[in-house]
Amino acid sequence: MQSILKTLLLFLTMIYFNNVSKIYKDAVALDDVTLTIAAGEFVSVVGVSGSGKTTLAKMILADENPTNGTVFFESTNVHKLKNKDLTKLRRRIGVVFQDFKLLQNKTAYENIAFAMEAVSKTDEEIASDVPHVLELVDLSHRIFHFPNQMSGGEQQRLAIARAIINQPELIIADEPTGNLDQINTHEIVQILKKINGLGTTVILATHDRAIIDLVGKRVVTMENGKVIRDTKHAK
Amino acid sequence: MTELKRIIKAGFINFTRGGLVSFAAVLVSTITLSVITSIILLQAVLYFSLNVIKDKVDVTIYFNVDAPEDKIMLLKSSLEKLPEVANISYTSADEALKLFRDRHSNDYPTIAALDEIGNNPLGAYLNVKAKEISQYESIANFMKSDNALVLGSANIIDKVNYHQNKLVIDRLNNIIRSAQKLGFLITLLLIIISIIITFNTIRLTIFISKEEISVMRLVGASKMRVRGPFMVEGAIYGIIATLVTLILFWPITAWLGGNMTNFLGFDLYHYYIANLFQIFAIVLLSGILLGMISSFLAIRRYLNK
Repeated sequence: MQSILKTLLLFLTMIYFNNVSKIYKDAVALDDVTLTIAAGEFVSVVGVSGSGKTTLAKMILADENPTNGTVFFESTNVHKLKNKDLTKLRRRIGVVFQDFKLLQNKTAYENIAFAMEAVSKTDEEIASDVPHVLELVDLSHRIFHFPNQMSGGEQQRLAIARAIINQPELIIADEPTGNLDQINTHEIVQILKKINGLGTTVILATHDRAIIDLVGKRVVTMENGKVIRDTKHAK
Repeated sequence: MTELKRIIKAGFINFTRGGLVSFAAVLVSTITLSVITSIILLQAVLYFSLNVIKDKVDVTIYFNVDAPEDKIMLLKSSLEKLPEVANISYTSADEALKLFRDRHSNDYPTIAALDEIGNNPLGAYLNVKAKEISQYESIANFMKSDNALVLGSANIIDKVNYHQNKLVIDRLNNIIRSAQKLGFLITLLLIIISIIITFNTIRLTIFISKEEISVMRLVGASKMRVRGPFMVEGAIYGIIATLVTLILFWPITAWLGGNMTNFLGFDLYHYYIANLFQIFAIVLLSGILLGMISSFLAIRRYLNK
């Protein structure tokens, strides 16, 4: 009965963490985590530093391998994927990090164009879509600027623009507002909500309770690598 | 095709934006290629010097005074058929006397003694040059063999100076072989050291970009899309370093050539210009391969994820 339920979960959910643990030399990052996320959801993963939020996000991207358990993305075990298929999977996911992770020797235009080139978009598509997405995140005036010529908020908006340019099915935002002031934080959350409103699944990892209030959606609370609470947010 | 175009373009952009890092990589590649060019030129000098020494070695077969010329010529033609023989020159008894007189023109007692004798006391001789210094022994052995005896040479040969020169020839042979081995070992050592230095410099430039590499992979770039521009950059280091090296060696060889010609008889500048195309091809190929392979290997460890 339990295995039938698990198989059903695999097909009904977008992401399925099945008893996942991650143990480093002397620390447990994830401790027997079981979690499902459906397509179109906006899930905020909240917890203090070291609670396992980032490891959870990295597991979906197969940037980290679990010590035990399995991570499924649309019923595919992501850690069993061959290199080529992993690359294809990553093209379906947009990522936003606290430290932006922009390509420092590329301009705003080139940073976004690079993500489009990765999915073999034509030069014409790149030339028409990049200015459009930069306008969407209010960075048109920064098109030929390098990341180090932009403010933290602008860099994060650029990272979001890069994450959404290929219309991914899922966006993982790991502490996207960690380096931003209140105004920029509010702006970023609004952008993520807007993207979610268009049907994209969003996973937002944060330590900031105030952001959870801003989002107002499902909240997964983590502590010492365990999921201790999974609730619909009630304002 | 579009992918390749993008990779090449990205490689050029990375190189131009690399600033000091690109400059350092080109500088180190230039040093490596300068070592390779120096080795090519040193090998040329070494082989020229060794050939000069080798050229000075020969074996002379002296004939009796009354040895008939047709028998000498018969022996000469059979010697010419030996694969070891590079060149044979015949000096008749009259020419030998003339050369002797010329050589001792200031030595009055010797010339007076010659005049006193009246007839020519010198016999004809064959001067034999082998292709390799180590082959004189087999030529000398041929003289002792049945083949030579059949030709009747035993009766007409006065002496063969190989056995007198054997010790010197053997020593020279050993010195040349040792010089060649030492030259090869030093070449190998210098090339390995240069390659390691260049590889580490390129590894360092890629290490600086390791964060970017992981970002590229996370946004879904293929391994080739990430690796390609670094390899193109490596090739650019090699191309620019080749040009810089060849331009640098122009005045260096001109200066060295002028000074070396007087005491070695070898014009390095002339050699450099005459072989510029080959040197360019070797250095360019080395530079490009070194840059590309170093980049390929250095980036491998960051592409695992």
